[in-house]
Amino acid sequence: MKLAYLALASVATLPLTAQTQLTGAGATFPAPIYQKWFNKYASSSNVQINYQPIGSGGGIRGVNESTVDFGASDMPLNAKALQAFKDKHGFDLLMFPTVLGAAVPSYNVSGVTQPLKFTPEALAGIYLGKITMWNAPEIKSANPGVNLPNEKIVVVHRSDGSGTTFCWTDYLAKVSSEWASKVGKPNASVDWPAGIGGKGNDGVAGFIKQQPGAIGYVELIYAVKNNLPFGVVKNSAGQFVKADLNSVGAAAASTTDIPANFAVSITNAAGKTAYPISTYTWLLVPSKIDDANKRNAIRGFLKWAITTGQNEVEALQYARLPKAVVAAEEKQIAKIQ
Amino acid sequence: MATSAYFESGNVPRVRSGFIDRLRGGDEIAYLLTLASSIAILVIVGLIVFELWINSQPTIKTFGWNFLVSSKWDPNGDKFGALPFIYGTCVTSALALLIAIPLGIAAAIFLSEMAPPKLSSLLTFLIELLAAVPSVIYGLLGIFVLAPIIKAYVVPPLVNAFGFLPIFQGDFFGVSFLSAGVVLSIMIVPFIISVSREVLLAVPIEQREAALAVGATKWETTWQIVLPNARTGIIGSIFLALARALGETMAVTMVIGNTPKITASLLSPGYSIAAVIANEFAEASGSLYISSLIFLGLVLFGLTIIINAAARVLISTTAERSA
Repeated sequence: MKLAYLALASVATLPLTAQTQLTGAGATFPAPIYQKWFNKYASSSNVQINYQPIGSGGGIRGVNESTVDFGASDMPLNAKALQAFKDKHGFDLLMFPTVLGAAVPSYNVSGVTQPLKFTPEALAGIYLGKITMWNAPEIKSANPGVNLPNEKIVVVHRSDGSGTTFCWTDYLAKVSSEWASKVGKPNASVDWPAGIGGKGNDGVAGFIKQQPGAIGYVELIYAVKNNLPFGVVKNSAGQFVKADLNSVGAAAASTTDIPANFAVSITNAAGKTAYPISTYTWLLVPSKIDDANKRNAIRGFLKWAITTGQNEVEALQYARLPKAVVAAEEKQIAKIQ
Repeated sequence: MATSAYFESGNVPRVRSGFIDRLRGGDEIAYLLTLASSIAILVIVGLIVFELWINSQPTIKTFGWNFLVSSKWDPNGDKFGALPFIYGTCVTSALALLIAIPLGIAAAIFLSEMAPPKLSSLLTFLIELLAAVPSVIYGLLGIFVLAPIIKAYVVPPLVNAFGFLPIFQGDFFGVSFLSAGVVLSIMIVPFIISVSREVLLAVPIEQREAALAVGATKWETTWQIVLPNARTGIIGSIFLALARALGETMAVTMVIGNTPKITASLLSPGYSIAAVIANEFAEASGSLYISSLIFLGLVLFGLTIIINAAARVLISTTAERSA
């Protein structure tokens, strides 16, 4: 009986704490931090956010078709795509950087235990299929004292469309003119000159584990969580840098020339301590939201995510946003009308 | 058994007319219900084809029939061709059938004709369990267990013995047409076994008795009397299995290597239609890219229809011959 009253009472109080429901969809790479954020934010506000990690392409399509309240993408939308959105809807699509991630080269080379050093030339050569042996001079010269075996390099890449692939190919296109002319602009899937496709980070990592001589790229977070060996990469200042929260953050901080729409690539960033294969990930929010509850909810959440929410990201191995970017984003939040 | 034969021979007992009237009413309701169900299926199939056709228009307009014979797949350059995927789908499915047909039919014969009933029902239960395992599990087993075994114990002797054949040349990395074919064969063998076993069990016992009575051995009876009688059903089971193999996605993408190349060697990595759709659809951007993936879906649909039609023709001709 008491229980029934209690149940009744709780039902009766529901309308008082009317929740605002938001739906989002998109990128899988930031999904863990987004889920954590949405849970935390729901407990401190009355905003319930439902997020489907269906992939960046799906997120972009969803927001374009207005089937979700916001999208999420690991790839910045280019000017053409943003203009197409504006032409269709009559208002802008705003991009909000949320956290930072990186792609790292992982490998399985017989007899090598210390982290290998990779130059941009070596990585591009390997992925173009031109450097085929682990004891090639391009790799040897960067790794003096390492006993590199006479072993064939087996290249692995992601087979599923992925923001990690976008970041990786963005980097290769920047450091190798041959890559840029042969493979072209960065994309979630490209026509790979060499190698085998593994599905997901786990597919790539599983293949590397089994195949002596294999090299592949995985998300930094995945590599750290699964204790995969990964190499250090020479940045544009000539320093070999290991990917971690600091070096990824440094890549973002050293990229100060940020366009107003935040469509910025931070691969091959200038800073001395910057890890060169780093990237932002973005939330995509329409600049016009008719439902006032939803508008306030999304503005509140964005404000929270880029300030208080940033304290949560490092526990999950994401690097936090630079302060200058946070300040610029706060101004952009006001554009959501 | 006896009663169903009684009804089938048309000896439906005549009862009171009221009962018959109600039955007649039931007939009509049943007729309408079943008709509606079958039309619904037709409509669903029609809608799928229509939707796929409409959404693949950009690709059809840009590439036309060239799409089916081009082997370039370059999302960046907006150049798309289906041939490597069609090739991979056909090669892996054919390989799977090559392994699964003898294995499945032999197992079905053992279960229906030779095994003690208790063992037979236990094994049948286990085999049906195999059919219920999610395909992602098969994929994981394929990449982490099967591929290393194939690499260590199957490929070296194959290359030693048949290395001169183009189908066994080149480097082997575990993921390949061969691995995908083997994983697929394991996935489809339960279908062949369980349907074939049912069909074999349905062959009338009198036929076996007659053959045994004229002095045939048990094997001769099975091979020359039971099997030919069950041929139509067994072929049906094979095509059911083939349809599953053609459309299998998760397990294949995990072991095939996801490389859109056409190579004669079974040891090379390849790609299949279902795998590329699953891999690239979520992140695809650009209307030509998306419509090319959708058109691939239509191609797979067409491939399945052609093979199903072939199955019909084959079954009806063999049925005529055995009649």
